[in-house]
Amino acid sequence: MAILVSKDTRLIVQGITGREGSFHTKQMIDYGTNLVAGVTPGKGGEWVHGKPVFDNVKKAVDATGANASIIYVAAPYAPDAIYEAIDAGIELIVCITEGIPILDMMKVYEYLKHSNSRLIGPNCPGLLAPGIAKIGIMPGYIAKPGNVGVVSKSGTLTYEVVYALTNAGWGQTTCVGIGGDPIIGTNFVETLQMFEEDPETEKVVLIGEIGGRAEVDAAEFIRAHMTKPVAAFIAGKSAPPGTRMGHAGAIIEGGEGTATEKIEALLSAGVRVADNPEQIPSLLH
Amino acid sequence: MNLHEYQSKFRFAEFGIPIPRGKTASTPQEAYEIARELGCPVVVKAQVLVGGRGKAGGIKVARTPEQAEEYANQILGMKIKGLTVRKVLIDPAANIGQEIYLGVTNDRAAGKPVIMASSEGGVEIEQVARDKPDAIIRERIDPFLGLLDYQTRNLASGINLPYEHWRAFSKIATNLYKCYVASDAVLAEINPLVITKENQLLALDGKMIIDDNALYRQPQLAEMRDTDAEPKEETEARLAGISYVKLNGQIGCMVNGAGLAMTTMDMTRLYGGEEIGPANFLDIGGGAQASKVAAALRIILSDPNVKSVLFNIFGGITRGDEVARGILEALNEVPTRLPMVIRLVGTNAEEGRAIIDNANIPNLTSAATLTEAAKKAVEYARKALAAERGAQ
Repeated sequence: MAILVSKDTRLIVQGITGREGSFHTKQMIDYGTNLVAGVTPGKGGEWVHGKPVFDNVKKAVDATGANASIIYVAAPYAPDAIYEAIDAGIELIVCITEGIPILDMMKVYEYLKHSNSRLIGPNCPGLLAPGIAKIGIMPGYIAKPGNVGVVSKSGTLTYEVVYALTNAGWGQTTCVGIGGDPIIGTNFVETLQMFEEDPETEKVVLIGEIGGRAEVDAAEFIRAHMTKPVAAFIAGKSAPPGTRMGHAGAIIEGGEGTATEKIEALLSAGVRVADNPEQIPSLLH
Repeated sequence: MNLHEYQSKFRFAEFGIPIPRGKTASTPQEAYEIARELGCPVVVKAQVLVGGRGKAGGIKVARTPEQAEEYANQILGMKIKGLTVRKVLIDPAANIGQEIYLGVTNDRAAGKPVIMASSEGGVEIEQVARDKPDAIIRERIDPFLGLLDYQTRNLASGINLPYEHWRAFSKIATNLYKCYVASDAVLAEINPLVITKENQLLALDGKMIIDDNALYRQPQLAEMRDTDAEPKEETEARLAGISYVKLNGQIGCMVNGAGLAMTTMDMTRLYGGEEIGPANFLDIGGGAQASKVAAALRIILSDPNVKSVLFNIFGGITRGDEVARGILEALNEVPTRLPMVIRLVGTNAEEGRAIIDNANIPNLTSAATLTEAAKKAVEYARKALAAERGAQ
């Protein structure tokens, strides 16, 4: 079993006819994901990799019973795509798009609270449940089924850690990229809670970075509520304050959000913290 | 993207916030003319994108136009924290009664805008947060409703503002929030907002940071970018679509992905100790077109502190052989004799490594793990530094 996805997941792709959308649609189908349709306004009736394209999310849901959506829509149009998925009753929305303005995301975040949808991302690699489904852009071959849950703000750094786990013999239940933006739909705490409740997940790996206090909140949650062991890595120890490090959310502001404060919080919550991501597998023993 | 004080304040004025009726000058002569026109005393203020201008001697009160000219002459061209002053703002001096802080920013944890006020104006809000956290009054804002009138009254009451100023204060708070939204700001701050001895509220200093992700729909603000205030490599990188930040170390890093780029920096510091560390943050993004790799390499090598280069590429969707070819093409375009270490993992990594090895470039070695790559890059940089010292 995995978190967030199951064999009942029926996925649509918003932006399926775009370059990114079409490329990753093929990758997701090849991985075995139950991808049922796509949406691109004005291209209803076309087919992409054998999947029907609809003009809007509502039509795609009515025709296919879709309950999950992945969004590969450019930043200026991505918030609209998220609202459309929420209003069509999609339960799980994964938004890969990078560069959505923060004011737009604050509205999306508020709207989500009054809905039954869960958003993963934006600015994330999506999720990968080895052997079950891939909803996103993570390369499938780096993972294998197992009992470790992985949650991360990053993309390639996540691949790095997942690949190291796989090579060391640790398979995964689910790898979740929650995104590197200041405002994201699902945070560390919510994901940790899902791993804690998932009977198949035995150990958890958390990959954080500088900026904000999500890792400190995660440490508090781990201390108070988690029975499963957690290993972690925090990126950005050598980053200077006040400068954004690629991700919109990776910035030390007013002396807060440093790697050191996050590492200390995690250590005091009993988390094993690696100072080199290649050490992570050895911390799970 | 940071705006200068004068840009922020002029923007505030467009939204009905009272500011001193000052003007900018690029020459001492202009400063003289403006001071004469405004009437003295005036304040001559350096326009640079760093804090601590006052302490550095970049803010001075002039009693006469001649004095304004003299101060402008001193301040223009002055370096403050490495940045050259190219403009001064000449403001009429205000009779300050009380100093207040008022700012709007994003509350990441709440996912909402937050407006903050404090009776402790004139000092950095971070310092107030540390020393006197109770002195900051916060109101979180529903992004669909906007700032409500009662919230502005809560701020006024929370900072013990005399009743006579409530109406003017509420209007400024409402307009500051409007300005924040209309400008796609991540910070819009008036510090200090003063009550003058004439009992007027006035935004004496202003600061705005604009969301880089929103610049596509803020063309007017995007044009205000002061490229003089950033290292020229950062300007070049931005135009090439590469995310680059210059640092002070010796190891040039080229990585795909922001999290992995930070990690690579951290590894060079971990194995380099205090002496050796990262020369830059660089995320080359997805794909590995030779043109982009070449642009990135050119930027890295333009930093004279760089003693070795570390490529760390995780080929996810990107294939390792393509990356290897991209690097070789880039090296043809941008030849260098600096020692380089390349670490390729993921899809077609072995093919990629073979391509690198077969190219027989004497100063390019490959590494299997990030640990090994970081250690090698550190070792090369350390040797280069030792050789330089020996030569001196």
